[in-house]
Amino acid sequence: MKSLHALHHKLSDTDTQIEILEQGVEQKLGLPLFQKKMDDAGLFPLKPTSLDIFQVNLGKMCNQVCKHCHVDAGPDRKEIMTRETMEECLRALAVSDMNTVDMTGGAPEMNPHFRWFVEECRALGKHVIVRCNLTIIVANPKYHDLPEFYRKHNVEVVSSLPFYNADKTDRQRGTGVFKDSVRALKMLNEVGYGQEGTGLMLNLVYNPSGAFLPASQESLKRQFKRALKNEFDIEFNDLYAITNIPISRYLDYLISSGNFEGYMEKLVNSFNPVAAQGVMCRNTLSVSWDGYLFDCDFNQMLELPVASPAHQHIRDFDAQALMEREIVLNQHCYGCTAGAGSSCGGATA
Amino acid sequence: METYYDPKDLKKFGKIGEFQKPLADKFFAYYGEVFAEGALTAREKSLIALAVAHTVQCPYCIDAYSVDTLEKGCTEEEMMEAIHVAAAIRGGASLVHGVQMMNKVKELSM
Ligand code: SF4
Ligand code: SF4
Repeated sequence: MKSLHALHHKLSDTDTQIEILEQGVEQKLGLPLFQKKMDDAGLFPLKPTSLDIFQVNLGKMCNQVCKHCHVDAGPDRKEIMTRETMEECLRALAVSDMNTVDMTGGAPEMNPHFRWFVEECRALGKHVIVRCNLTIIVANPKYHDLPEFYRKHNVEVVSSLPFYNADKTDRQRGTGVFKDSVRALKMLNEVGYGQEGTGLMLNLVYNPSGAFLPASQESLKRQFKRALKNEFDIEFNDLYAITNIPISRYLDYLISSGNFEGYMEKLVNSFNPVAAQGVMCRNTLSVSWDGYLFDCDFNQMLELPVASPAHQHIRDFDAQALMEREIVLNQHCYGCTAGAGSSCGGATA
Repeated sequence: METYYDPKDLKKFGKIGEFQKPLADKFFAYYGEVFAEGALTAREKSLIALAVAHTVQCPYCIDAYSVDTLEKGCTEEEMMEAIHVAAAIRGGASLVHGVQMMNKVKELSM
């Protein structure tokens, strides 16, 4: 399977995606635009509440090509962050109060400067989260020591596992992914991840394998805990239930399976003002592989930069100015405010 | 083609309160409480609802509880097993009446 980008698919154009979403909500479904909904909830324009989390996208390169990927990542994507841009990120981190560095991709570990960057962030005293897709750990012998590297630097590992069986996981993430994920989870458990008393955090991410919304995070966590323990003797700390955001490859899936309108209608009708108050863009700043700044990873993939024209690149980082920005909202944002809400840390309401 | 059942009508279920609001309000309050987490989990209740939906052969309920069980993280195997339970009870309910037939036949036969 190839990325939309490699296929020159029309959805690899971000303006096309935004247009489809706007037309879908307003014209096809006759529903209010997200901005209006936020206005009604007293949340427009939406402003940040703090700058706590710095989410760094180390590149679009990945060993997997998941069907729902909002990054359109894959082995055919070559865009990865340079060491110079990482140095610019470190300079910004050194002068800011952002205490958490959340590294994502693609597979962030495929960036040759990844380990150095983790070490530098830890040296600055930052809490480091790595969004590890698990299979990378077993993909090549050079990655087999990643669990040990994470342990040594006390990195929090957050990993996607859409279900506790092979069938649903592989349908979304590719054949054999479940088997490799189980192997990687066991390796993480072996060095102490997910085990009581070690302080080594291993959190899993559930997202629906299809055009439906996630159930309550608590009940999914109970199910996952029971099934993974009983069947594979795997332990983990927390589970985050995340809603699929209707962009990129997931948008392609929705349209080609005939589910686009039904899914958007469901998202809009499940708008929850409490979840809307807690959307992650209010305390997060996202930086792309080439150093541009965004309100979140989704806006990054839609090429909607921060609305702070003089500070759109990490080299121009200015915490004060960025705190005063208005967050850029569009129809994909309905994915963050449906039901119990959704963020990189799970439910928000 | 016009049919008695229209999938769009499912979304109008909440509007039955337009006629006789107090009873509709009571029904929905009861419904909500029935499906909340209790001695049975919301997930178990959703699987029961899916099975019952097939027993009463209500297309609205089948639609609603296929989605709901999926959302609650049920597997396809669990969903189909729930329906087999409904089918077994339904088939068994017919078959067990065979005893009644046998009783009658024996009563009338030499
Ligand atoms: S979802 Fe994650 S693991 Fe899958 S292709 Fe995208 S970046 Fe890679
Ligand atoms: S998609 Fe991004 S900008 Fe929109 S609500 Fe979610 S986190 Fe905020």
